Amino acid sequence: MPQNQPRTPVRESAAEVGVPVPTVGVGVLTVEGLRKSYAGREVVAGVSFSLARGECYGLLGPNGAGKTTALRCCLGLTTPDAGDIRMVGEPVPQRAREARMKVGVVPQFDNLDPDFTVAENLRVFGRYFGLADAETRRRIPHLLDFAGLAGKEEARLQTLSGGMKRRLTLARALVNDPDLLLLDEPTTGLDPQARHLIWERLKQLLQQGKTILLTTHFMDEAERLCHRLAILDEGHIVAQGAPRELIANRIEPQVIEVYGEDAPGWAQTAAPAYAQRVEISGETAFCYVDDGQVIPLLAQLADLPQLRTLHRPANLEDVFLKLTGRELRD
Amino acid sequence: MINSLFEPPRLSLRAIAVWRRNFLVWRKLAIPSVLGNLADPMIYLFGLGYGLGSLLPQVGGVSYIVFLASGTVCASTMNAASFEALYSAFSRMHVQKTWEAILNAPVALDDVLAGEWLWAAAKSTLSGLAILIVITALGFVASPLALWAIPVIFLTGLTFAAMGLIVTALAPSYDFFMYYFTLLMTPMTLLSGVFFPLEQLPPAFQGLAAALPLAHSVRLVRPLLMGEWPAQALTHIAALLAIGLVAYWIALVLTRRRLLK
Repeated sequence: MPQNQPRTPVRESAAEVGVPVPTVGVGVLTVEGLRKSYAGREVVAGVSFSLARGECYGLLGPNGAGKTTALRCCLGLTTPDAGDIRMVGEPVPQRAREARMKVGVVPQFDNLDPDFTVAENLRVFGRYFGLADAETRRRIPHLLDFAGLAGKEEARLQTLSGGMKRRLTLARALVNDPDLLLLDEPTTGLDPQARHLIWERLKQLLQQGKTILLTTHFMDEAERLCHRLAILDEGHIVAQGAPRELIANRIEPQVIEVYGEDAPGWAQTAAPAYAQRVEISGETAFCYVDDGQVIPLLAQLADLPQLRTLHRPANLEDVFLKLTGRELRD
Repeated sequence: MINSLFEPPRLSLRAIAVWRRNFLVWRKLAIPSVLGNLADPMIYLFGLGYGLGSLLPQVGGVSYIVFLASGTVCASTMNAASFEALYSAFSRMHVQKTWEAILNAPVALDDVLAGEWLWAAAKSTLSGLAILIVITALGFVASPLALWAIPVIFLTGLTFAAMGLIVTALAPSYDFFMYYFTLLMTPMTLLSGVFFPLEQLPPAFQGLAAALPLAHSVRLVRPLLMGEWPAQALTHIAALLAIGLVAYWIALVLTRRRLLK
């Protein structure tokens, strides 16, 4: 649990950096009652959500929650057992190919063409959309500029860093000027600099009116980018709403983390008198408290110097862990 | 969308984009690729043709090296098509995830497979053609009738590419291909009249051997290179075509089952 570091309490969500909150209207992507089973196990068990134009919507969930399967259903790569999907105005899977004309995808694992240069990757991908080479050539400088890869047209793929490849994948997903972007864990494996650059670009795309469906494990990523999100667990949506709303409604507002050998014992005996809820994970106790309980609890802890404490506001990760539990899912 | 794994192929022009992708990769390595595909069969042709051939009387009415040259054209085409449809297609499907990227664009799996099929056939045609040119230059080809061998080479490529795609659709890893080469391709090369006339086989085997796809190809190409029209040409063409089409359909069903879950 990477909880030893204090978190910045104030976050910039997409809405606060000037991306207009989208108006609910025509859904760019609407999923209703989606179900899909593999070998008798229901991986997606009745999922519904809808994305308005210009919205960034997040699908969060532990491994195996059904995020990738839901994306595959949206793309028409697998036929759902039940449910209705409409993507960019087309019914899926019936007209999935037509729908994909206006969709860009950043897959979870890099699948750029290793035999090609940067420009060839884009040109060849443009052909899959029926774009003439001349048209793609015209778009390439702009796409590379956007991806921070200006002047890299002739670079061989092996010479690119992980972050550059990820940005090229994003540029490739934009080659057809899509209305909707499906991003499957777009910043997994990137360093902080590379992640921040991707986030900036995604915010720009939202400002241009593109719609984004994002799956991620990173709560800070979801909190920054998503107007709304759904938390999936075992194929079900267990919570849905704006990140701020979920934090306000689904969890106590304050968290006091207590570390030390004696923390679990203290958490079991003394802590419940001061906190709404206490969770123990190894040698850390997480005390979820109301605003009024902060001062009494901290005062109590001041008498126990062997315990280290960290006080912070509740965040999306707390909501996520409350709803999906702390057990490993692999 | 496909309604059933078993429905017939749905073709669209997007298959050409897949074909062109593979062509662009090949173009970067064209010269080593052609030379590589030429070297191995030519070594066998000269080694066996001159070495073994000097011990032999005429075979099938011509010197052994001329007899072997026409078989080599067919066997090389088969090998080139098989390698492309097995190792290269498997890399793109399973290792590099190239197909996955393509399927996120408005290209259907049927288009991807059709593109791969036509590409493997085209690449193997280049291999067969390269050998045809070399043996023509060496004077082993009797007449311009040999030009008719070119469409036969392409058809041979189509048939073996389709068969290879079945194996690729089933393969868990590259190691799996060893079975196909050892148990099918090698016996087929030896039993299809490439190295010796089928008539040398025990009578019980002759019927079986004559039904092998490579045998049909040899029965067409060898007479054409010797300046004669093949006997029962339509039967052999129909057999290659039928094997190729059925194999392609099986490959398509298996690939859909593997990737569209």
